[in-house]
Amino acid sequence: MSEANKQFLNPEKWVSLYADYLFNYTISRLNDKDLAKDLVQDTFFSALKAKENFKGESSERTWLIAILKRKIVDYYRKINSTKGKAEVRMNFYADGEREGEWLEESVPTDWSGEIDKKIENQELALVLEKCISDLPEKYAMVFRMKTIQQIETEDICKELDISTSNLWVIIHRARTQLRKCMEEKWFKN
Amino acid sequence: MKLTCDEATAICDKNQYNEASLWEKIKLGIHLILCKRCGLYSKQNKVMSTCFQKLKDEECRKAPLLNHEEKESMAQELKTKIK
Repeated sequence: MSEANKQFLNPEKWVSLYADYLFNYTISRLNDKDLAKDLVQDTFFSALKAKENFKGESSERTWLIAILKRKIVDYYRKINSTKGKAEVRMNFYADGEREGEWLEESVPTDWSGEIDKKIENQELALVLEKCISDLPEKYAMVFRMKTIQQIETEDICKELDISTSNLWVIIHRARTQLRKCMEEKWFKN
Repeated sequence: MKLTCDEATAICDKNQYNEASLWEKIKLGIHLILCKRCGLYSKQNKVMSTCFQKLKDEECRKAPLLNHEEKESMAQELKTKIK
């Protein structure tokens, strides 16, 4: 960018110009309004502190989104390192002779009734949301980005700094768990 | 060559996004012929994908927004930090 096009920061206008954009970006990844709001506010504060580092080579918006992206990956790392409840209940034997086979309680069973009608039912979205929110947070986050936001695999991996195989393991665990949850809460009754 | 049910369903999940390789699809196909349980999973997995698409459409329709008050208070807080 030439000297004439050099960009300047104008913090007084940040909220009116960028709050919606940053908020949308965050909510599509985290699906939690309060959390998204906090991260956006936090982004503005961090940006203000780092004002001197802004070289004016990119637009203000690009610069802010870069800061927000770091906040999101930091958040992902935090939930990723939370041990204990973070692991999803396994659906397959983890070791032993039957390693990789279905656990009896997780074996898919026939869904009764009219599946097509159940899919069209307005309440489906609510039940599905509940099942997704029951997942460990990091599974829910990666699953949403891939399935609901339909972001490219490569972009998700870059954004969250995870490997492709790691992404597919998470998607697999999330989907087996979601199938089971929807079987119990929706398709079986 | 032989897959466990865990591996087979993992490929099946990947395939829902059309990202399984040809070789993976072949191995999955063989497993599905032999394994009823995974066959059922595979069938239901397609239904699940339809459900997820419904959810996506629903969410697009009513994406949450920041309201005026929320933005106002954000701006106020930011103002206190701008010297």
